[in-house]
Amino acid sequence: MQVTGLQEFLERIEENKGDAVIALAGNPNTGKSTVFNSLTGLNQHTGNWPGKTVVFAKGSYRYKKKNITLVDLPGAYSLLANSADEQVARDFICFGKPDATVVVVDATCLERNLNLALQVMEITPQTILCVNLIDEAKRKKMAIDFSKLADLLGVPVIPTVARDKVGLLDLKESIHRVVFEKQLLQPRRIVYNKVIESAIEKIQEEVEVLVHGSLNSRWVALRLLDGDPTIIREIFNHLQRMDPGDQQSKRALKVVEDCG
Amino acid sequence: MLDQVFALTYLPIGRKAQVIKVGTEGLIRNRLLDLGFVPSAIVEAIRKSPAGDPIAYRIRGAVIALRSEESRQIQVRVVD
Ligand SMILES: Nc1nc2c(ncn2[C@@H]2O[C@H](COP(=O)(O)OP(=O)(O)OP(=O)(O)O)[C@@H](O)[C@H]2O)c(=O)[nH]1
Ligand SMILES: [Mg+2]
Repeated sequence: MQVTGLQEFLERIEENKGDAVIALAGNPNTGKSTVFNSLTGLNQHTGNWPGKTVVFAKGSYRYKKKNITLVDLPGAYSLLANSADEQVARDFICFGKPDATVVVVDATCLERNLNLALQVMEITPQTILCVNLIDEAKRKKMAIDFSKLADLLGVPVIPTVARDKVGLLDLKESIHRVVFEKQLLQPRRIVYNKVIESAIEKIQEEVEVLVHGSLNSRWVALRLLDGDPTIIREIFNHLQRMDPGDQQSKRALKVVEDCG
Repeated sequence: MLDQVFALTYLPIGRKAQVIKVGTEGLIRNRLLDLGFVPSAIVEAIRKSPAGDPIAYRIRGAVIALRSEESRQIQVRVVD
């Protein structure tokens, strides 16, 4: 299930990346590609799976004199990545270092969708929540308190109807503020039970030395505790990419490879 | 069967139940929780694949197929 080519894709993003790179993430079928197409004007529903994003797509738009590169990611329920699609999304959000990640959620099933949003917020504070399909929510007579949601999550919340291009200007403005006006975001941090928190505390300092700022050490500590070998391998691959001379990550990678 | 707690695998097609507990540990447990199988969530058995396994469930606004070794880990109680 290993998806190769992250490195190559990151290099492609790096060319003409403009002033900022923004990732579009979210559960399957929440309207990510619709947002992407409306903002970039590029039609990219081409892959071998019509209507479904299985590869990265890259596009760009200009707003307030800045050139923004958007990356449309395949749908994912989880960053634990059980499928190739989810792995593509996870690897880009975790290791692609986008300047911000917009999580597109379905207004009619927020409960489900917020799980991924919280996982993204655990990796990066630069998160914006785009609550799409609010026309459907209205049709189902669901009332959503967007400002309360923003307060609870600690990140901007933008309601949209991407299919009708409603709210997309607000989304561009929000991205602009987060990236260029350094709007301070304080995403709600998930506090785990005592056992987990004290385990994190025990290893976080050493993890910090290992990742030296190129990844979020709390997030890496959590993944080491999860013990999922595919993501641990990617973490050390990433550290090797960042600093090929780093002996510590090289050794760690070898340990992971040897464990299979 | 109203008050009984049993494995999701045995929920008849068309019936709804509430998730009581996810019994397994480790990555499979994380995965099931991420798919929305959290305690108190309502799950409905939608249809069986031709072979009878996997079974498709509606959970929190999405349709998710589970193999019996996964659905066996989820304890539910019928609600309708
Ligand atoms: N009613 C309504 N439909 C929408 C809205 N936004 C998108 N859609 C529709 O939702 C469907 C899915 O949209 P996509 O943009 O392909 O969703 P996606 O998130 O890219 O899907 P995956 O890449 O497969 O995960 C399409 O039929 C869109 O026309 C909206 O705001 N309201
Ligand atoms: Mg798409």
